[in-house]
Amino acid sequence: MTPTRLINRVIRRPCTIIPPLRRPLLLRVGGQRFNTTESHERPATTATATSSQKKEVRLTAESYPNTKRDNRFAKLTPEDVVHFRSICPVLSAESDDIAAFNTDWMRKYRGQTRLVLKPKSTADVSKILKHCNSRSLAVVPQGGNTGLVGGSVPIYDEIVISMNSMNNIRSFDPVSGILVCDAGVVLETADNYLADQGHIFPLDLGAKGSCHVGGNVATNAGGLRLLRYGSLHGTVLGVEAVLPDGTILDDLSTLRKNNTGYDLKQLFIGSEGTIGIITAVSIICPPRPNAQNVAFFGVNTYEKVQETFVRAKRELGEILSAFELMDDTSQRCVAQVTGKKRPLEGEETKFYVLVETSGSNKEHDDEKLEKYLVALIEDETIVDGILAQDETQARNLWSWREGITEVCGHWGGTYKYDVSIPLKELYSLVEDVKARFIERGLLGEDKLVVDVVGFGHMGDGNLHLNVLVRSYDRRVEEVLEPFVYEWIQKRKGSISAEHGLGVAKREFVQYSRGETELSIMRSLKSHFDPKGIMNPYKYIKT
Amino acid sequence: MTSLRILVPIKRVIDYAVKPRVNATKTAVVTSGVKMSMNPFDELSIEESVRLRERNKGAVQDILAFSAGPTKAADTLRTAMAMGADRALLVELDENRPKERDLEPLTVAKLLREVVHKEGCNMVICGKQSIDDDSGQTGQMLAGLLGWGQATQAAKVEVQGDEVVVTKEVDGGEEVVRVKLPAVVTTDLRLNEPRYATLPGIMKAKKKPMEKKKLADFNVDFKKRLETLEVVEPPPRQGGGKVDSVDGLISRLKELGAI
Repeated sequence: MTPTRLINRVIRRPCTIIPPLRRPLLLRVGGQRFNTTESHERPATTATATSSQKKEVRLTAESYPNTKRDNRFAKLTPEDVVHFRSICPVLSAESDDIAAFNTDWMRKYRGQTRLVLKPKSTADVSKILKHCNSRSLAVVPQGGNTGLVGGSVPIYDEIVISMNSMNNIRSFDPVSGILVCDAGVVLETADNYLADQGHIFPLDLGAKGSCHVGGNVATNAGGLRLLRYGSLHGTVLGVEAVLPDGTILDDLSTLRKNNTGYDLKQLFIGSEGTIGIITAVSIICPPRPNAQNVAFFGVNTYEKVQETFVRAKRELGEILSAFELMDDTSQRCVAQVTGKKRPLEGEETKFYVLVETSGSNKEHDDEKLEKYLVALIEDETIVDGILAQDETQARNLWSWREGITEVCGHWGGTYKYDVSIPLKELYSLVEDVKARFIERGLLGEDKLVVDVVGFGHMGDGNLHLNVLVRSYDRRVEEVLEPFVYEWIQKRKGSISAEHGLGVAKREFVQYSRGETELSIMRSLKSHFDPKGIMNPYKYIKT
Repeated sequence: MTSLRILVPIKRVIDYAVKPRVNATKTAVVTSGVKMSMNPFDELSIEESVRLRERNKGAVQDILAFSAGPTKAADTLRTAMAMGADRALLVELDENRPKERDLEPLTVAKLLREVVHKEGCNMVICGKQSIDDDSGQTGQMLAGLLGWGQATQAAKVEVQGDEVVVTKEVDGGEEVVRVKLPAVVTTDLRLNEPRYATLPGIMKAKKKPMEKKKLADFNVDFKKRLETLEVVEPPPRQGGGKVDSVDGLISRLKELGAI
């Protein structure tokens, strides 16, 4: 049977196959302002650079001229290198190619490190940090280097501590579903390992083939399964971390309940390597669902979208695993660029929704989902809808959501924002931004701005606002900023929903956090890292 | 134009996006707990029947979807009806009886012949093969048994009066054949792009009639003529190698006798 299957895959729906090279190419066009992208993007591998894009990435230090190297930090000496060589394998700029450790996968940020350390154990990490702290050498912990805000690459000469060599799965308990593994285990490796045991990693994102579990925890990655399994703040049960002075914090608990004082591991989740290096995590992994369904429907107003969401939560309950929103513009763009036939025939609606269910019993799920959808169509909450009848159709429908990111760069470039906004006003941001461009005469056929697109993880109150432009231009930026950040601030939203702060959002954090919060964060930072050697120049201003 | 009564045979197979696994005894492919869907070629057949109806107003009187399979095949027939078939006929097979497992093409063709006679069909549109056993024989055998004309591997189907004009993709071009009704047409990959089952379609499909029968209701000899000796997985692909330069590539290709 294999030959036919192969032919089918190649011939029948060719548009669903996206050459992996395209993503980085499109994204790379972005200037310095082109900040964020959504979690579905797949940084294929570090080897994606083709000869045409070998052009050197601009140094982050040049993109951010207001930042200066901190003179408190010592410069690396040959003695330091000798010492590090006695601890673990070392790559140095003199003898090895370390460009990949200095550049992020989008090729937007480039640092100037001369040294990469590859510890093999927690004890190695401890020895490294102890030395760095005593010598005031700045460091950048690095996982799979798939971040979207420049947090995982140095800016000046910070030493990169790569977690690549710490990649053992330490234990898995099939009864409780608790996995304990090193920080450097690749997410997909962990998930495949769990799949063999009938379990699933509670996090999934486009970069899963490269990103590390430790990096996921350090950046509190969101991704596709958040709606279903919750954030890492809930699923991570324990963390083993090395503090800047070399102390090993062993909080690698495998307990679901542990009310004995401050929950220290929580501080490390989303700390982006600023207070210590996570060396291992324990995480609770649910059983792998064996039945999945995907439905796709059109809705005319945002009010009705909200209604479908409320009813999805109520009627689909525990099997609801994704609720994704796409506006009409985003779908027109995908259709125009890919040339694919729109999944829904008939009149266009303002919004489209993709609902996915995951459960243990196909019949049960089918019945629930059909009942939900039929009720929606009978009382005319939705205009039209389809239900995937097989795996290919399901993947195809997902491509109308996941494909948006890639087509957005088609006309030249995209300004991207990844924000959290209270659900009631989630989509208003898109309308308001569009209105501003129209008002200023910047949007249209032969104007700078092609269109304004909104889509995102509705289930998580997470909107991706993309402004499609023909070229990057000051005039567009002036309309967008600080307007977008102020708009979000007024609604008590977040300027970075799932991508973190890194270099990109450091300057804007005050739009989402008050002075009291920021000052507590600063004092936490100086408590853990009095010399400030951990991932400096990022996260928040100290 | 002749009024068309179309029969579309459908098979429930392992979803074609799923990687099949061979069972431990190497006698068959594992199907339990595996996602099953409509054979993709049959999807094309249903789609084409519905398009014939949409293109030729009033010409298509009836679209009957037929399947012989486990009870679950009823779901696949519902999908066919959600896409636009008018009614369905399911021959429920008892998987516990070896004779009723994995019907051979000739048995299926004989079943279909009886259905054609009983239902008065004058056109059969079927997939050129099913992706599970890849026999690719049923349509041809059925045409032979019925004494009808056949047009296989259709890439385009047009009904003109009492004839069907079928375009097929052949090496280096197209071949156009004309066949008189009644006829059997088998469908190829590029015939059309099947539609999704819409919610209104799914709702309507629930109300459409589905008749259920047993193999015993048919006067068909379903003796097995084939014996499966062994089922094995294809050998795993060899990993590729890297060469340093164009010259390296050329000498490597020469070494392998490729150029």
